[in-house]
Amino acid sequence: MRLMMKHLIVMAVILAGVAPGVTTSWADDDRFITVASTTSTENSGLLADILPRFTADTGIEVRVIALGTGQAIRVARNGDADVLLVHHTASEEQFVADGFGVERYQVMHNDFVIVGPASDPAGIGEMANAGAALARIAEKKAVFASRGDDSGTHKKELLLWQAAKINPAEASGTWYRETGSGMGATLNAASGMNAYALTDRATWIRFGNKGDLVIHVQGDKRLFNPYGVILVNSGKHPHVKSDDGQVFIDWLVGESGQRAIAAYRIEGQPAYFPTMILD
Amino acid sequence: MADSLARTIPASGVAERASTAGSLLPLVLDQVCYSPHGKPVLQDINLELAHGLRTVILGPNGAGKSLLLRLCHGLIEPTKGRISWAGQSTAAAANRQGMVFQRPVLLRRKVAENIAHALAAKGVRRRDREALVRASLEQAGLTHLAERPARTLSGGEQQRLTIARACVCDPDVLLLDEPSASLDPAAARAVEELVVRIHAAGTRIIMTTHDIAQARRLAEEVIFLHHGRLLEHSPADEFFSAPRDPAAARFIRGELID
Amino acid sequence: MADFQTALLTAIELVIRLDPDLIEIVWLSLKISLLAVTFAALIGLPLGAAIALWRFPGRRVLIILLNAAMGLPPVVVGLVVYLLLSRAGPLGPLGLLFTPTAMVIAQCILVTPIIAALTRQTVTDLHEEYDEYLRSIGCGALRSITTLLWDGRFRLLTAVLAGFGRAIAEVGAVLIVGGNIQHVTRVMTTTIALETSKGNLALALGLGLVLITLAVAVNATATAVSDTARRHHG
Repeated sequence: MRLMMKHLIVMAVILAGVAPGVTTSWADDDRFITVASTTSTENSGLLADILPRFTADTGIEVRVIALGTGQAIRVARNGDADVLLVHHTASEEQFVADGFGVERYQVMHNDFVIVGPASDPAGIGEMANAGAALARIAEKKAVFASRGDDSGTHKKELLLWQAAKINPAEASGTWYRETGSGMGATLNAASGMNAYALTDRATWIRFGNKGDLVIHVQGDKRLFNPYGVILVNSGKHPHVKSDDGQVFIDWLVGESGQRAIAAYRIEGQPAYFPTMILD
Repeated sequence: MADSLARTIPASGVAERASTAGSLLPLVLDQVCYSPHGKPVLQDINLELAHGLRTVILGPNGAGKSLLLRLCHGLIEPTKGRISWAGQSTAAAANRQGMVFQRPVLLRRKVAENIAHALAAKGVRRRDREALVRASLEQAGLTHLAERPARTLSGGEQQRLTIARACVCDPDVLLLDEPSASLDPAAARAVEELVVRIHAAGTRIIMTTHDIAQARRLAEEVIFLHHGRLLEHSPADEFFSAPRDPAAARFIRGELID
Repeated sequence: MADFQTALLTAIELVIRLDPDLIEIVWLSLKISLLAVTFAALIGLPLGAAIALWRFPGRRVLIILLNAAMGLPPVVVGLVVYLLLSRAGPLGPLGLLFTPTAMVIAQCILVTPIIAALTRQTVTDLHEEYDEYLRSIGCGALRSITTLLWDGRFRLLTAVLAGFGRAIAEVGAVLIVGGNIQHVTRVMTTTIALETSKGNLALALGLGLVLITLAVAVNATATAVSDTARRHHG
């Protein structure tokens, strides 16, 4: 019994040692805001590059939850984020119209590309029309990996299928494969299956497991990929850090943020283009 | 060897022990029946045990010896009938008894800690425990094993430890259930010697066995149990020389009985 | 094969270099899982012992549920904790979502049934052996429980280690409730998921090897513990 007491005490001491370490590391009241954003901004490395500059300028830490656009919007609707940074204009406008967001600001854009195996079994190489390229893929029943996760990229892809007058859902599970996961996971799947896929350029450049995949289609204006930033409405969720959130948005769409975005390079290539015209 | 041991064990007189052990006695069983799930395994046991003697409950396997011991110790309740120790209930009397099981129940601790644990359970204060533990180990000849994990002891050492542990609070009565059933002859002999020493120190012994030779060596009185019935209760020399019960007679001769 | 070699070299390099990011992630993982397991043990040990020793209505159903809960799907636990802690949920005002605390809660929910169920089994087995003896020496309820828990200490420690193994290797729940925020809630498993999605398979596998090494160490400890127990206490 005495031994047992000794062990209990040892355990308590260990606990006492660990607990403060943990609580201090996460209960510190440093100024921070939570931003719900997309996997593409996180995976491309953009946020990791520009956010430290913002923190240095303002003293506000930014905690990023990287999700698909649909999920990110749901998190923001629940009030679990202060700021939303995503890329599907229609959903963003809906979010503001529903009263969950204060106002939508244009931040930047990049573009989508259609990638596929170098052998190009569907023969879409260098096609200028993204819709026509997808129609060709469907016609040849070439394997296509879709996000299938209600993300901004997924929504863009569905729009393109619509333009091509094809309902890929009918082919789901055959040549049309919905991964139901993020951009990186979908590219991994595409790489593994030698499939075509729609991806944003930034993620693509940064992606480390390209395998046999190359870009086949780019430059179609329908592949334009605009990002918006929205402050979550504190009228809906009173705990939202409106002030610091607005500081972040002002910085992002202001000169410092826009220059930071413009300066970001992945392997020497510009990946995002700020909305503001910089000289 | 059995004979020589029998000679070394002194018979104790009832009279000289009456004064030392006795506050719990007599043990009286009145029309005791035990029938778990309606199946009678002990029936109409009437028994009165006075002080002093070494009592051996003898009978073939399955006679109900262990159950009888458990009933007396209060581990199980009789279906019918009454058991009392000097007028007290079994629950009230259990505190002044020690019980040794056929398969030694040893805590996963050191030898000395096993005894200390029993002392703690009995409410002995921490500072008083050490001396008692030491004395108890010495009596059982286990002093050199005090720091060994109890379950690494040999079978005989384990059983001697459980006996020492059961006796550490100096109980009035020590109940032993086939304490040497699974031991080799040398270890069994050491256990028997310990039992005799404890008895000599003033503790009433009630013990079960199916081993006639062991009963001859240890018993001062014998209770013969068969098929859940008490068939004979006699002084040991009478029982072994002229058993009244025919089944007992055949059992003593080493015949199969049914 | 080339991938695997790169991964192995990456892992070794990260460890040898004591890469600060790696250290931070491993340390946070350990802190969260140790804390979760400690709380789970504080709940699971007495709970398992109580279920083993007390008879009450619905006990058998509870045991079945407890054993089933050992295999709780982490993503479901994550989802439920997310819904509870979300600002829109009942515990929203606490503001715990996307914090390490939320991850501790999720892991604790995953691990408690494991510890409780294994404790119940251990205590039941020991109780079967000790019951008559403990009653014989007049052991009270509290002393009986402490005796059983202490004598089951090696098996219980193994149960706790099993719980730790599950907690540290789990990704589904902590990803959902933690949000994988860099420097805040990013642990080994969520980093592996993230690096995999970036296509950085080498780095992901490298971290995976660190995790596997930890799991092996935990299991080796568990084996050593039960070997010691067998040698010393049969």
